[in-house]
Amino acid sequence: MNFLRNFGIAIDALLANKLRSGLTMLGIVIGVASVVALLSIGNGVQQSINSQITSIGTNLVTVVPGQVRIAAGPPTNQGIRAPTQTRPLTDADANAIRERVPNLLGVAPELTSNNVTVAFQREKILITARGVTVDYNRVRNLEIAQGRWFDAAEDERASRVAILGSDAADALFGGLNPIGQTIRISNAPFTVIGVTVPVGAGFAGNPDTSVFVPLQTAYRTISNARTATGARRVSVIYISALSSDDIPRVEREVTQVMRQQHAIREGEEDDFTVLTQQQFLSLAGSITGILTLFLGSIAGISLLVGGIGIMNIMLVSVTERTMEIGLRKAVGAKKRTILMQFLVETVTLSLIGGTFGILLGVGAALLVGATGIIATTITLESIVLAVSFSLAVGLFFGIYPANRAANLQPIEAVRYE
Amino acid sequence: MGEFNSTYLTTSPEPQRDDPPIIEAKNLTKVYKMGETEVHALRGVSLRVWKGEMVSVIGQSGSGKSTLLAILGALDVPTSGSYRLDGREVASLNDDQLAEIRNQRIGFVFQKFNLLPRNTALANVALPLAYAGLSNREANRRAAEVLRLVGLGDRLDHRPNQLSGGQQQRVAIARALVNQPSIILADEPTGNLDSATGKEIMELFRTLHRERGITLIIVTHDPNIAAQSERIIRLKDGLIEYAEEVQTA
Repeated sequence: MNFLRNFGIAIDALLANKLRSGLTMLGIVIGVASVVALLSIGNGVQQSINSQITSIGTNLVTVVPGQVRIAAGPPTNQGIRAPTQTRPLTDADANAIRERVPNLLGVAPELTSNNVTVAFQREKILITARGVTVDYNRVRNLEIAQGRWFDAAEDERASRVAILGSDAADALFGGLNPIGQTIRISNAPFTVIGVTVPVGAGFAGNPDTSVFVPLQTAYRTISNARTATGARRVSVIYISALSSDDIPRVEREVTQVMRQQHAIREGEEDDFTVLTQQQFLSLAGSITGILTLFLGSIAGISLLVGGIGIMNIMLVSVTERTMEIGLRKAVGAKKRTILMQFLVETVTLSLIGGTFGILLGVGAALLVGATGIIATTITLESIVLAVSFSLAVGLFFGIYPANRAANLQPIEAVRYE
Repeated sequence: MGEFNSTYLTTSPEPQRDDPPIIEAKNLTKVYKMGETEVHALRGVSLRVWKGEMVSVIGQSGSGKSTLLAILGALDVPTSGSYRLDGREVASLNDDQLAEIRNQRIGFVFQKFNLLPRNTALANVALPLAYAGLSNREANRRAAEVLRLVGLGDRLDHRPNQLSGGQQQRVAIARALVNQPSIILADEPTGNLDSATGKEIMELFRTLHRERGITLIIVTHDPNIAAQSERIIRLKDGLIEYAEEVQTA
């Protein structure tokens, strides 16, 4: 008895009871569909978070004050830890990096001031003002939708020019063209020279709800921000490496320069932290990985329930077909032949169910994706996983009924009424 | 049942032959557990059957004749006693060897035909050949040949519910014959048929016996059927009832 013949017998047996086979299959269909759909949602979320992280700038290395740890590890170490010891960063630090670390795309310090009042005529909003240097838009991948970015001369002269984030521009101006208009930032008048392309919230603040001004202007009008020694403070320094392969070198050299800047002796801990996108990505990956696992497990439970349904029906089927099984054995079927016959039947059932389940799951994932609320990514892995899982369910839950059938005595063919 | 000719009610003597018997059963017992009570279907049956014999096993229902036939057909195992088939102790065989015996050595014909209802006559007859490992094509060719032999050459693609009782039993006999076994065991083969059809089936059995030298053991409660065999074994309450005992009873 080869596989093909058993497959024929299985199809015939399944067709003999179409409604029952269909309902049994439905359990597997729903199980596989939910595995595929929920895993695509998990993967979609993971991808959109990853793309947000990379959108804050390509090959970005970030220096923040104090010791910050980003790690994917045991729960106690997870997440961003509050700075332990704060010694502020200064624009002198940024200049030192710019001068002493070679081959960089750009170094862009930022002075961040939260909850700054920005007003146009009678419209007032509280947003984040970012005092930045000329390189900033290049380092942070900010594109200008309207107008222009400021130039080096304007930064040196501390010109009162401002570039608005897209949401900030909408809130202040509605449909009006903001370029050339005068707004008040912390009551000082500024001329709007540009509006950025929306990028969405990322791990380093939301540029869309910000206003960007030259760093020198920010020192004069928004926040004087001097350290105890009188140096100009900055909140964060963004550094863009030329390629992702170069990031480890940049990270190493920036750390060196910063330790010299802050006069940290051998053996002492850094009072600043150099962060790379890789760290953000792995943290986000571990969070979304847990999410995907969680969603997958829920779906897996429904697949398990479907498998129990199969076992239940196969047990009924074995009882009903006692005469048939007994007869097959009476005319010479071996134990393993009967075992294979019933296993092929359950596996066929679960594989057909699995196929429909994939179609349904992919359809559901596309539908969810089309609503735009949650991104979905259908991966080959999730489909392979669903198929192999349904195959495993078929085998696992098929073994017991098949074994029961195989162990029936041929005398049952005569005795069973 | 008073009209029975007493000749046929007794257990006929064994033939005097020098060759070893193909079936040799000694002291077979079979006990079923039905809930709390034990049913003694066989209480110690010994018999020998030689190649080419046609033997009837008769007895009232509950006498153990179907149980005996199932044990002889390797469909069931005795509780105690020894059963040698072709000189081999059946109890010592493993599952696969038993399956092979059922497939190759013995053809079994059931009272209720026991055909697979969704399969055609051809597929039903080809089933033992499939289990013997023949290709579909060869199995179908040989099944068709045997169906022609039992007179159903024009019914190959009919399903059991499209056939009369007699035709269904012919399909079942073809299935028992298809692997060319040396022994055919039939359990009340005419029990579900009218007397005319029953006669036809018995005629078929006799032809097979006569022309092919097949060893036949037929279980029946009908003395007219038993009368057509060469030897009668009469069972009563799980024991062989001997002629002497019949006369003294």
